[in-house]
Amino acid sequence: MDFTFSEEQELLRDSVVRFVRENYTFDKRHALALSDQGFSTDNWKLFAELGWLALPFSEEDGGLDGSAADTMIIMEELGKGLVLEPFLATVVLAGGVLRRAASPAQREAVLPGVIGGGTQLALAYVEGQGRYNLADVTTTAKADGDGYVIDGHKGVVLNGPAANTLIVSARTSGEQRDGDGITLFLVDAGAPGITRRDYPTQDGGRASDIEFSNVKVSAEAVVGQVGSGLKVLEDSIDEAIVAIGAEAVGAMTALHRATVEYASTRVQFGVPIGKFQVLQHRMVEMFMECEQSKSLLYRATMTMDNKGAETARTISALKVQVGKSGRFVGQQAVQVHGGMGMTDELNVGHYFKRLTMINTLFGNIDHHMRRFAALDSAA
Amino acid sequence: MDIEFSEQELAFRDEVRTFFENKYPQDILERARAGVGPSKDDMVRSQQALYGQGWAGINWPTEYGGTGWSPSERYIFDNEMARADVPPIVPFGLGMVGPIIYSFGNDEQKTKFLPDILATNVWWCQGFSEPGSGSDLASLRTKAVRDGDDYIVNGTKTWTTLAQHADWIFCLVRTDPDVKPQEGISFILIHMDSPGITVNPIITIDGGDEINEVNFEDVRVPADQLIGEEGKGWTYAKKLLTHERTGIAGVARSKRQIEKLKKITATEPNGGGATLMEDDDFRRRMSEVEIELMALEFTDLRTLAAVSTGGAPGPESSILKIKGTEIQQAVTELFVEAAGYYAMPYTPERFEPGSNEAPVGPEFAASAGPRYFNMRKTSIYGGSNEIQKNIIAKAVLGL
Repeated sequence: MDFTFSEEQELLRDSVVRFVRENYTFDKRHALALSDQGFSTDNWKLFAELGWLALPFSEEDGGLDGSAADTMIIMEELGKGLVLEPFLATVVLAGGVLRRAASPAQREAVLPGVIGGGTQLALAYVEGQGRYNLADVTTTAKADGDGYVIDGHKGVVLNGPAANTLIVSARTSGEQRDGDGITLFLVDAGAPGITRRDYPTQDGGRASDIEFSNVKVSAEAVVGQVGSGLKVLEDSIDEAIVAIGAEAVGAMTALHRATVEYASTRVQFGVPIGKFQVLQHRMVEMFMECEQSKSLLYRATMTMDNKGAETARTISALKVQVGKSGRFVGQQAVQVHGGMGMTDELNVGHYFKRLTMINTLFGNIDHHMRRFAALDSAA
Repeated sequence: MDIEFSEQELAFRDEVRTFFENKYPQDILERARAGVGPSKDDMVRSQQALYGQGWAGINWPTEYGGTGWSPSERYIFDNEMARADVPPIVPFGLGMVGPIIYSFGNDEQKTKFLPDILATNVWWCQGFSEPGSGSDLASLRTKAVRDGDDYIVNGTKTWTTLAQHADWIFCLVRTDPDVKPQEGISFILIHMDSPGITVNPIITIDGGDEINEVNFEDVRVPADQLIGEEGKGWTYAKKLLTHERTGIAGVARSKRQIEKLKKITATEPNGGGATLMEDDDFRRRMSEVEIELMALEFTDLRTLAAVSTGGAPGPESSILKIKGTEIQQAVTELFVEAAGYYAMPYTPERFEPGSNEAPVGPEFAASAGPRYFNMRKTSIYGGSNEIQKNIIAKAVLGL
């Protein structure tokens, strides 16, 4: 057991910290969030130059063979800066699917662009009626000559507006909620029959609802095995949960720090409000929530790197903890800041909104509580 | 003790219900049901419709045009209003400055201001909080210095809700810097057109622009706009804040929200082939909030009953504020959960008057996030919930 980071990892953290300090002042972020694209192409190029976009990919694929801990470090620091660039959507989520299941030809076609910074990806897996159930898929892919025809609707596709290439989950056989029969497809975002509705998200990100109508793809578009897409999807999303868990820990840490600072300087009744015991205890509770979340984050990350038996269960535990802690820390940070916490002019509300969305993303507390219980091997 | 309504009360309920179904402007209700926030015009027309019916002065004594309702009638009215999705009454005129003027104003002031407040001919806003004076309101620094027949006002008020629409603002100002902070505060009415006033919007985390900062630079205010005595403003405001706390419970509106949530969850899929309503976890959390609300409804009624048999609402009204806001917040949180992934899209254009934009995802989802974020204000404003607990500890428990 070892909780220390390597020298390379400390350097990685330093480089992300420096990026956030230089490029994510409140005003710069605010302007980016309101811009058309919602993130900066220049920042993305910088990510590529710094090697962050190559990190989790294998050396064979032109990557750096990074560990789960490396991704955790990046995401934690990006979380502190409320960074808007679509690292999660492109590198972790869709990139994770490709790392797990893509053919050599697909890797060669897509990954150099991702690593070089020229290609944006999006994973289209959400269906409204399915809620958090990844197996609830009504989008169909019907065999058509040598290829397939995709029809259906995907919701809240993160990074949908910027993506050049989509990965889409569709049913090639079976009933609506069957685990078998789901296939993943690599689809050009500009393919005929695709209609996008783009929108900003509550936390300043960008997403789309995407309609697939008679979209033709070749047999080579299948990622992994026909009918076996669910497992790839689950594992990739589990990895993404650890990533947003790290982002949430970063956001909570920054939020807690800001709250303690504010309470130390805001004077009411002749003293800094941080002198009031009721607020001291509140901030201690926030601190404990941050620490507990960080512990499960480390636990999940280390389990992933060691391919431990309880990986999925630990990841659900992390998601529950981060959901609960994020809600508490977010709400109380606003409360302790009083009226100021309600304004758009402070980062407090923006962290709170991001933490709220993180709870929704990839399954909320209830969903992961149930999954955690169901995965109990002793039960 | 009797939980049933009398026949007379049932007849009153039918009368109120019929009014909202037939005579009240239906276009306002349609917008409210579509999740579109009321415009200034909507709010004014809504209150004027109530006024036309004689139902504007809900807490007011009959001699000033009040309804003179019993607690049961008040309760019935609140429930019917929420049931019909009528926008809440803007509190600053009818709920706040009106009662201050009829309680502490002189006859001239009553004649001058009360009829227009009752008829919503003028729009009021509240100037209490300042950038440096939130929970510690008595430390406020906006000063009013006597100069002949006028006061000259300088300072900054903040979190002023809907000041952008206001004709008048009622303010707490410091008239004597040399006495105990509470004793140097006065209550004064200021016309918003007075030279030297500027209003700057403050954007809130939900994207809304209903709150403002109001700056006063050498604003001349006729001295006859002072309410009551100089230096007594704090006493008047305390009475007002107690009143505000009873209104703040929002029981009827929370009930209505839970009804809506049940309707939504009865069809919203849980991803496992059932509805959210059939989802044990979700159902349990919804029930927990509903049980808290059932209790609060009776705490509210007990307080109202005590008031009607004499006596102003006491410090117990702080319970209504704390529990009422906690419940309002919990309900909005459940809406976010019910929306699932569709809590994420931010589509404010959906709520603009006349918007025909189709919703992204389920109809209710677009407002779920912003409402949740916005309602965090309720445990901060009107005296934060921490301050309310201090009040109960001191005034009720004697600690």
